[in-house]
Amino acid sequence: MSADAALQRLRDRVLVARDSKTALEIRGGCTKRFYGNVPRGEPLDVRELAGITSYEPTELVVTVLAGTPLLELESVLAERGQCLPFEPPHFGAMGTVGGMVAAGLAGPARACVGPLRDFVLGVTMLNGMGERLTFGGQVMKNVAGYDVSRLIAGSMGILGVICEVSLKVMPTFPACRTLYVEMDETAALKQLNRWAGESFPMNASAWYRGRLYLRLAGAKAAVARALEGTGGRELEPQAAAEWWSDIRDHRHEFFSLSDAQLERGECSWRLAVPDSAPPIALPGEQFIEWGGGQRWWRSAAPASQIRSAAERAGGHATLVRAADKRPGVFTAPKAASMNIHKRLKQSFDPAGIFNPGRLYPEL
Amino acid sequence: MDAVIPSAPSSAPAARAALQSHVVSTLAKILPASCILYRGEETAPYECDALTAYRQLPMVVAIPESEAQVAAVLAACHALDVPVVARGAGTGLSGGALPHAMGVSLSLAKFNAIVKVDPVARTAVVQCGVRNLAISEAAAPYGLYYAPDPSSQIACTIGGNVAENSGGVHCLKYGLTLHNVLRVRGFTAQGEAVEFGSEAPDTAGLDLLPLVVGSEGMLAVIMEVTVRLLPRPALARCIMASFATVESAGAAVAAVIAAGIIPAGLELMDKRMTAAAEDYVHAGYDLDAAAILLCESDGTPAEVDEEIERAIDVLNANGATRIEISRDERQRLQFWSGRKNAFPASGRMSPDYMCMDSTIPRKRLAEMLRTIGEMEGRYALRCVNVFHAGDGNLHPLILFDANDPDEMRRCELFGADILETSIKLGGTVTGEHGVGVEKLNSMCVQFSAAERAQMMAVKSAFDPAGLLNPGKVIPSLQRCAEYGKMHVHRGALKFPDLPRL
Repeated sequence: MSADAALQRLRDRVLVARDSKTALEIRGGCTKRFYGNVPRGEPLDVRELAGITSYEPTELVVTVLAGTPLLELESVLAERGQCLPFEPPHFGAMGTVGGMVAAGLAGPARACVGPLRDFVLGVTMLNGMGERLTFGGQVMKNVAGYDVSRLIAGSMGILGVICEVSLKVMPTFPACRTLYVEMDETAALKQLNRWAGESFPMNASAWYRGRLYLRLAGAKAAVARALEGTGGRELEPQAAAEWWSDIRDHRHEFFSLSDAQLERGECSWRLAVPDSAPPIALPGEQFIEWGGGQRWWRSAAPASQIRSAAERAGGHATLVRAADKRPGVFTAPKAASMNIHKRLKQSFDPAGIFNPGRLYPEL
Repeated sequence: MDAVIPSAPSSAPAARAALQSHVVSTLAKILPASCILYRGEETAPYECDALTAYRQLPMVVAIPESEAQVAAVLAACHALDVPVVARGAGTGLSGGALPHAMGVSLSLAKFNAIVKVDPVARTAVVQCGVRNLAISEAAAPYGLYYAPDPSSQIACTIGGNVAENSGGVHCLKYGLTLHNVLRVRGFTAQGEAVEFGSEAPDTAGLDLLPLVVGSEGMLAVIMEVTVRLLPRPALARCIMASFATVESAGAAVAAVIAAGIIPAGLELMDKRMTAAAEDYVHAGYDLDAAAILLCESDGTPAEVDEEIERAIDVLNANGATRIEISRDERQRLQFWSGRKNAFPASGRMSPDYMCMDSTIPRKRLAEMLRTIGEMEGRYALRCVNVFHAGDGNLHPLILFDANDPDEMRRCELFGADILETSIKLGGTVTGEHGVGVEKLNSMCVQFSAAERAQMMAVKSAFDPAGLLNPGKVIPSLQRCAEYGKMHVHRGALKFPDLPRL
């Protein structure tokens, strides 16, 4: 089916849903249904809208339809020595580009290269009136009007159906090597902050059970020199690639919660805090990424205890995996900001049909 | 430039005087008398920003000294239904800070304190009126700096940078203001405290920071900004490469990127521009070249050596006729001095110049340059070109004399033609200077009515009463309809001398 025909079909569905005030659950490969509050609504599958619209390596820009599998996009970029540097998680082979942008998640390199939204240059979407809207564009620098395309990034599909996105891509680094050193949490956090303040080619970090893993990436000579200066043991390239992709996709043992564990009330929490925040003490086990900025906790502690620990550290906590999501997945914004959230939702989706409740119950 | 174009249909003087006296007496309960200006001669310094073709005396200027006063001024104006236009250093190039005839210009110049530099977290918390360069100066003792460097960085403020999402010559590698700001704190139009972003990697809920950054003062008034600081690279070196044609220079830009190199800066200047800059600051440019590229590499000495070597190979393979590498920091800064002074240098070539700011896909650079050359003939005006070539952001400077109404008219048509050509080539009407009032008409061309309506709804979500900097960025339907009609008769306007804004 042509993109135009697929778009027309989606638009028809949106208009029917608007008129009947029917909730729609926007879907791609369904690899991230576990994330966010429990989805509800009739499925609106965007996978017919698939394909790479344009890719010019010298422009560092790719424009791609939302239903395109992320794996397909990544392999096309890799053929030209380029990548999505924020390392989006896959959580399965079927994930789509639209889902990636809607969830706004990023992998291990996030702390060093920036969040997904920094790589979104433009979005074409359908709003709740079935209007096809394009914001941003295909160029790096663009300040014409409000930056709505970056608002869409991470909006969990509550504002509209993402149809097409333009993304900034980057060349892969000439050299990339991984090492590990034994180090306790306090020392690791201090050292990560110190490295971040120097010209040190750190690209990703992970601390787990007294061991700090570092990925260095950049010019060959710079990486080699940094590796020498750091000491520690180097991982073989294959083992290193698996280590980082296991973290990115939550296949690492830390992230696997059995049904029995979930039933006992164990949850997986993501705390986003300033990377210079001191160690956070909570019951359970911890996995630290992003130079200290992303601290995962596997814990049975009450949501309130975890949320207040995150807040004291200057950040917020997200309930990622749990048997019971009634405590709410995302920390609620303050009243002034929540009012803006509500009016934005109202303006994009007056009938309230897109992914209702997925971000907050009131949206 | 001294053409005077009113920003709104002039309201009846009596109504304005009555409202003015009411607003002044209301603000007098909030601010000391010295912080309220309303007589013509007092408010004149506030009548424009750096886009001096557009001028409007504000009804009242408020210059608060504390955040509590800012909140109270906003609440009072909201209660009186009076528009508020926030203002920093007034260096903006698109009229974003142009006053409202019936509004209060809110000068934030007194909020110029650096609250905190945290070398461990690599952040600085600064008040909105702190100058861009002052942040890097305060961070320098820790080996850190603030990366975005608009050419006006000695004067422009971080609040203005946030409002415009300012770029600079290093944003290809280091990003725009948005990519380097973690958190902003300020007030809504009603004077309610609000915060966007966070010192953590993200915030819960919708990401409102990218809406606020670049919103040209229409969504909130920003009081305090947390910026990310980067380690100052140990070394930076700049290549100056000459080319026999602008086309080959444009092709070399694409080739550098295709080779996987992301230079810290990649700038292109055409022959007339280098001549003007050379005459002005003696930067050491190759005056025989049709175009020169400045290509900068920064990082550790090992990284810089590796990258410079690769870049030189690519430039040579793409027809560079001469290559010079900065010997030392003094010469590197000298190479850049010509580029950074491109605007004032142009000012010496002509009584006035109009600076464009569109962005196009890099591969279209050569085509765009040819088209601009043809337009010079069509509009009988000269144009010099300086580009942030690495990210396709063009700054053609159209030279004209504002005292000659026909030149002024041809210049406006020339400018609109460049912007619309940029849209046709897949680009955008503004890369970093903002829409302000200057590019309102071009927004009608770039965005559909539904897209503009959605943007207007975004504004209303933040500012339901529509009092923060109204009339900027998003053109009204009526205005676009009128522009559409003018468009048909381009070059044969019925009332060519009628001010149209």
